[in-house]
Amino acid sequence: MIRFTINAQVYEHDDDPDMPLLWAIRDGKGLTGTKFGCGIGQCGACTVHIDGRAQRSCITPVRAVNGKNVTTIEGLSKNGDHPVQRAWIANDVPQCGYCQAGQIMAAADLLSRNHSPSDDDINREITNICRCGTYVRLRKAIHDAANLIAKET
Amino acid sequence: MTTPMLLSRRQFLQASASLGGGLILGMPLAANKSRADVGNDADTGQLGFLVHIDPEGNVVLGGLGSEMGQGVKTALPMLIAEELDVEWNRVAVKQMPLGIIRNPDGDGYAWKYGPQGAGGSTNVVDHWERLRVVGATARQMLINAAAKTWSVDPASCSTRPGFVIHAASHRSLAYGDIADLASTMTIPESPALKDQSEYRIIGKPTGTVDIKDIVTGTAVYGIDSRFPGMKFAVIERCPFFDGSIASYSADAARKVPGVIDVVAINGPKPDEYYTTMACGVAVVADSTWAAIRGRRALEVRWNEGPHAHESTENLEQASREALQGTGQYVYESGDFDASMANADRVFEAYYTIPYIAHATLEPQNFIANVKSDRCDVIGPTQSPSGASRMAARLTGLDRLDINVEVTRLGGGFGRRLTVDYVAEAILVSQAIKGPVKVQWTREDDLTHDFYRPGGHHHMRAGLDEDGKIIAWTQRLASPSKIYRRPERKPEDMWQSEIYPDDFPTHQVDNVRLEYFPMDSGAWRGSWRAPAHTANAFSIQSFIDEMAREQDEDPVEFQLRLIGEAREVDYGGHGGPILYTGRLAETLKLAAKKADWGRAVAKGHGRGIAVHFTFGSYVAYVVDVSVDAAGELKVHKVTGAIDCGLAVNPLGVAAQIEGGVCDALSTALHERITINNGSVVETNFDRYRLMKINEAPPIVETHIVKNDFPPSGVGEPPVPPLAPALTNAIFDATGLRLRELPIGNQLRDWMKNRNT
Repeated sequence: MIRFTINAQVYEHDDDPDMPLLWAIRDGKGLTGTKFGCGIGQCGACTVHIDGRAQRSCITPVRAVNGKNVTTIEGLSKNGDHPVQRAWIANDVPQCGYCQAGQIMAAADLLSRNHSPSDDDINREITNICRCGTYVRLRKAIHDAANLIAKET
Repeated sequence: MTTPMLLSRRQFLQASASLGGGLILGMPLAANKSRADVGNDADTGQLGFLVHIDPEGNVVLGGLGSEMGQGVKTALPMLIAEELDVEWNRVAVKQMPLGIIRNPDGDGYAWKYGPQGAGGSTNVVDHWERLRVVGATARQMLINAAAKTWSVDPASCSTRPGFVIHAASHRSLAYGDIADLASTMTIPESPALKDQSEYRIIGKPTGTVDIKDIVTGTAVYGIDSRFPGMKFAVIERCPFFDGSIASYSADAARKVPGVIDVVAINGPKPDEYYTTMACGVAVVADSTWAAIRGRRALEVRWNEGPHAHESTENLEQASREALQGTGQYVYESGDFDASMANADRVFEAYYTIPYIAHATLEPQNFIANVKSDRCDVIGPTQSPSGASRMAARLTGLDRLDINVEVTRLGGGFGRRLTVDYVAEAILVSQAIKGPVKVQWTREDDLTHDFYRPGGHHHMRAGLDEDGKIIAWTQRLASPSKIYRRPERKPEDMWQSEIYPDDFPTHQVDNVRLEYFPMDSGAWRGSWRAPAHTANAFSIQSFIDEMAREQDEDPVEFQLRLIGEAREVDYGGHGGPILYTGRLAETLKLAAKKADWGRAVAKGHGRGIAVHFTFGSYVAYVVDVSVDAAGELKVHKVTGAIDCGLAVNPLGVAAQIEGGVCDALSTALHERITINNGSVVETNFDRYRLMKINEAPPIVETHIVKNDFPPSGVGEPPVPPLAPALTNAIFDATGLRLRELPIGNQLRDWMKNRNT
């Protein structure tokens, strides 16, 4: 039995231990905010936080998170008011929106480690694919979120 | 053709009311129910499915078009809300299921609410009038209800957002208080529409309606949807074009925990249009992962089919050879041969454009539940009526017994106009006699797509001694996307690939357009702005080449070619008129906003291009630099768009920004290749999509202001970007790129130059 938390709630997994964490989250737990885009860790739509760090859940087997804490987009904030989420809304970032949960999780992780990322930092660290091409607003939203965090801490 | 027809306005409002089910306006509440209705349980104040007002004055409007990121779920309700006269922040939007009724005038079916789905950049255009009338009609009924309550003449009443007012007696009633009564009022004949100067919502930058759901992970896409009791299926599809199953063994697959069944799925018959895209073996399980594991345990042997020897190499070779001969003349004016012979200067260039994939980030999927008397299909489709027709065809059920729900789409780009994956879900549901979701993987999606055809473009032009273009030809060898439609003949294949009224065929006196239909087994279909994406590249590159060869400013050269402002007949989609004045003004606006003509630093370059797509005009100035290693940087894109009245300017800007990034990704990296009759690129490690590090840091949108009605913005931003980019690269380096994608061409050229 593999045991871990999803958004601070204990989750027990007694299925295939090599199942990608993504499917335990989506089908097992029923949280569909974390998305399936490629299955090989290339697109980032499946990004979650494992013990506070961004990871791609489609290439993370469940066995690897035994005893760890997984945070999904649904658990990023109580009321959808994480600074990144607020900056996303203020900048009207999403188009189809499918990649955006992963983008937000990646951005939140970046900002937790780097309070004032430069454009070069963003280029290097945010490697999620957006097929609709919302990159222009995405970049601005990351900077705005950094400013929000700086103001509020 | 069995697309639902449009009712007349009177029929549209009346017929809905008479059904005792679906209705728009004016029916007593008890009759508002329909088995296809996904409306609220609390029916207070329901004016119909498109407009619902509750006692607190909250407004729920029906969403019609498929929302795939182009913003239709925001823009269309804005039209209703404006004329209804409510505060936009009191409005929520609920997606409507497919609404069709039997055609009251004859055979077939009619739209209940107007067209649904999305494609061709038509939603705002198609609904511009209709939805404003819906809002105005509801507003008038609210006025009439208030007037009745007050015993005054309705003409003495007016509204402010959310309230009916009787100025003379200083009385007002909130919409919520009178919505019940309003729904019993007679439908007014010709409710007044607002003047544009009164708009409070239309024309104002408006945020995406679902944004809170998206950023909190609660927005529901097809892949997220559930049907009670549903199973999960993945399909091992034949990798060969028009191949078939030789044999398969399900023994190992059935032993995988969670696997319930294994069923073979038929492909389409060789000379009929698509049901499914390809045959395959479906593994049905109680979870996605179990189905995936089960599929890995399948043993399938394929017949490779008639295209087993196809490769990109031999298709390109065949195309080059074809261009040496004579093709089909699909358009001619003047005397092309004679004027070429008399030309003072002749220019010529070949442009090569690949197959590309849609790569919607949400892979294809659909839910189907087929029963003996009813069918439910749910998922991401751009064509709910296509899904309805496919379901009727495969089940034999009446279309009114088929419920189609369109979820949010994780991208569409034209892929989801085809309902092949809907067919798969229906077939699997029939086989297992229960609800099922068919889920595609990324590998499935990239290797089984309706690719945008590329092609080999051969451009030639003759100029007189004054530098005026007197002869023009475009010769195109490509595999048409309208193959395999039984009603189309071989001589019709050009119609989807080359548009005879595109600029500059009516600006040059002697023109010939020539087409060579190439054979390919690959599935082909509509990609965002279809053939415009390829033709704008060859046309706008070629014009730029001629300008620069003669040391002429590209903007001046093109404005001269466009000529005086006139209305030119445009027979293709987006017509019936191409206004050359609007084309020129859009080009000039981009040039002006980009300060075209200013000095450019060494290693930097600027390029410009303009194109008319589906009713709108878009021009870009692209600013680039290229370093000594051949690394390209796109610094800025200055965009100008003429889409008539911009319903949501924030949404228009989003489509320009997104269209630029889409076109840039495609131009830089994207190419689908074929080897031994199947597609090589299986996932994003091989089919590369651009990431944020290559996106231009600045994309500006400048909207032309005029009095034209709205035209579409989903597709027009794509075609002019690629030529503006390669024009800029030429300006920076002197290298003319005529083959897409750019890939390593710049780096290799720099390396060769430096050695």
